[in-house]
Amino acid sequence: MAKTIVPIGPYHPLQEEPEFFSLTVEGEKVVDIDVRIGYNHRGIEKLSEMKTFDQSTFVIERICGICSTSHPFAYTRAVEDIISVEVPERAKYIRTIIAEGERIHSHLLWLGLAGHFLGYNTVYMWVWKLREEILDVMEILSGNRNNYAMFKPGGVRRDIKQEDIPDVIKKLDSIIPSLTMIKKAVIDDPVIHARTKGIGVLSKEDAINYAALGPTSRASGVARDVRKDAPYGVYDKIEWNMIVTKNGDVFDKVIVRILEVLEAIKIMKECLLTLPKGEIDLNIKDIPPGEGIGHVEAPRGETFHYVRSDGTNRPVRHKVRAPTFMNLPTFKATVVGETISDATIILAAIDPCYCCTERMAVRNIKGTKLYNGEDLIRLSQEKTEKIKRKMGL
Amino acid sequence: MRREEVIKDLRERFKEEIIDFFDKSPKRVYIEIKPEAILKVSDYIFKSLSARFNIASGVDTRYHVEILYHFIFEDINLLISLRVKLDKKKLEIDSLIPIFEAANWIEREIHELLGINFKGHPDLRRLLLSDDWPEGIHPLRCDYKEWDEKAIRDRGV
Amino acid sequence: MSMKLKALLKSPWVFHLSTGSCNNCDIEILDCLTPRFDIERFGMLLAGSIKHADVLLITGSCNRQSVIRLKRLYEQAPKPCLVVAIGECSLSRGLFMHSYNCPVPLDKIIPVDVYIPGCPPKPEAIIAGVVKLIEKVKKEKVESKK
Repeated sequence: MAKTIVPIGPYHPLQEEPEFFSLTVEGEKVVDIDVRIGYNHRGIEKLSEMKTFDQSTFVIERICGICSTSHPFAYTRAVEDIISVEVPERAKYIRTIIAEGERIHSHLLWLGLAGHFLGYNTVYMWVWKLREEILDVMEILSGNRNNYAMFKPGGVRRDIKQEDIPDVIKKLDSIIPSLTMIKKAVIDDPVIHARTKGIGVLSKEDAINYAALGPTSRASGVARDVRKDAPYGVYDKIEWNMIVTKNGDVFDKVIVRILEVLEAIKIMKECLLTLPKGEIDLNIKDIPPGEGIGHVEAPRGETFHYVRSDGTNRPVRHKVRAPTFMNLPTFKATVVGETISDATIILAAIDPCYCCTERMAVRNIKGTKLYNGEDLIRLSQEKTEKIKRKMGL
Repeated sequence: MRREEVIKDLRERFKEEIIDFFDKSPKRVYIEIKPEAILKVSDYIFKSLSARFNIASGVDTRYHVEILYHFIFEDINLLISLRVKLDKKKLEIDSLIPIFEAANWIEREIHELLGINFKGHPDLRRLLLSDDWPEGIHPLRCDYKEWDEKAIRDRGV
Repeated sequence: MSMKLKALLKSPWVFHLSTGSCNNCDIEILDCLTPRFDIERFGMLLAGSIKHADVLLITGSCNRQSVIRLKRLYEQAPKPCLVVAIGECSLSRGLFMHSYNCPVPLDKIIPVDVYIPGCPPKPEAIIAGVVKLIEKVKKEKVESKK
């Protein structure tokens, strides 16, 4: 059968890693995949070397809008690793609260978009409506919906007010019933089963070979979570479960993320209730020469920062490794062999970002037909309809 | 395997290859090795000790270009960084792709940002920089200077 | 002005284009479409293709790789096409002014009609910005009649 190249992209605004996929297809089946990134490369590692240690946190925050807590968290831990200090207890609690809040909103964002890619727009609207509640919580706690600017080397910038806590807990509690309903709806829905079970399987061996991270690896049965392996913040003081499933398909990735949201709400509530009193900042003045490594569990996996200082007030080198950098290459293992209508949801399953699907252009190599992102979503929707009819729904 | 056992094992097994050993803290260890031995050492750490490859990071210093390969032992919470110092005249090192697929992208990135040649890498195409970026200019080098004369560096107000 | 512009003001279809942003502005644009803000009730709709769009919402700091695509997309857009720059990065590149990969700000590449500042701007600010754009075009229309 003639091979056709299907370009997807190029825009994809996920920090340094937007991407351009070219899928090689034989009929409906994908036989090869290639990725070209660099549409969002802004030279942040170089920029960070021009800023002071304190200013760098603001640059780092703008690597990714969704992970705007995990990057500063990893960076501040790397700087604290250079000096070998521990931040005050209350600062640790506040950091954990903000990090978990980010996890909730990131997973909900993904869940909604996954629904959208499957042609299930009800899930999309429902979940995003729910996500607004958690953004309100973050606005109460930090003063902004997205870039929280709470972190600084040695502590946190802002304190959490005692009188805000009851409101926040009430809002968090109000999310749980709707989320449980969505969880039931997703787990019981036969159409979602048909569209996601056994699709885009990432085997355990592949997950280890590609060094996949976060929910992508946990869905494949690799129990890998920095919060358990190398506890930071207050994750070692609080009871919580690591969610691991073993099939590695898209359905498992959905389940891992939904259950993680419920865990995150639990962690956040417990932190808020047991918040100790005390200092929130160490007031670090000088940073000695040396090198430090900080790594935290972002919603998508481990974020890794390496900072080197030479005793001046600017870092000499700052290396940032975002989780998607490791997760993206797994497409080679998951997409090949699947059909093109499933490619969208598999590509979305590792939680890169939504915009790749928004600006897809699929072209037959002979130039006879031009598809865009809408058409691909339509193809996906048609498949959902077909399955529904087959099931007699 | 406990932390002490891992460190003792590595020190004895690679006595020849290890140049410097720095035990920074209970969770971090930096080991400087000879550039030729990187394939052997990382193969042992990844396959036999089943550590996870975290990432590699290249640093341009005055005399050398350093590459640090970070490996994490998840069960004992230990991060080992293998440091390799490359001579500025001969920026070459073996690729780690034969051992694990995860090294593919980061080697492409270091290749274009720092100009290090990875021997045995299947395709060292561009990853991050744009297609019209001139050959031979590496932005993370210390001596990087702005090459684009059309660039505007003020806010225009 | 033209019939096209008059029709455009009733229901502007927007196309959203990111040129190297951190994703925050893009998510806030998407937020505008979801139930809480729901800009569809004003007739605004996110178009899937540039060829269907009347208004371009541009985010991000215009890096080298995407500038080429940005110009090409602007040429493809049916005219009259209005351009809205959203977020600090597309206004003046903000933090990324000295980055080696962001050489030229957006308004030196294509003409911009409305600037919406913020990092990221709130959905309310984006809606207000688009409303101001419509007012601006209406005013120009009246003046050109005189």
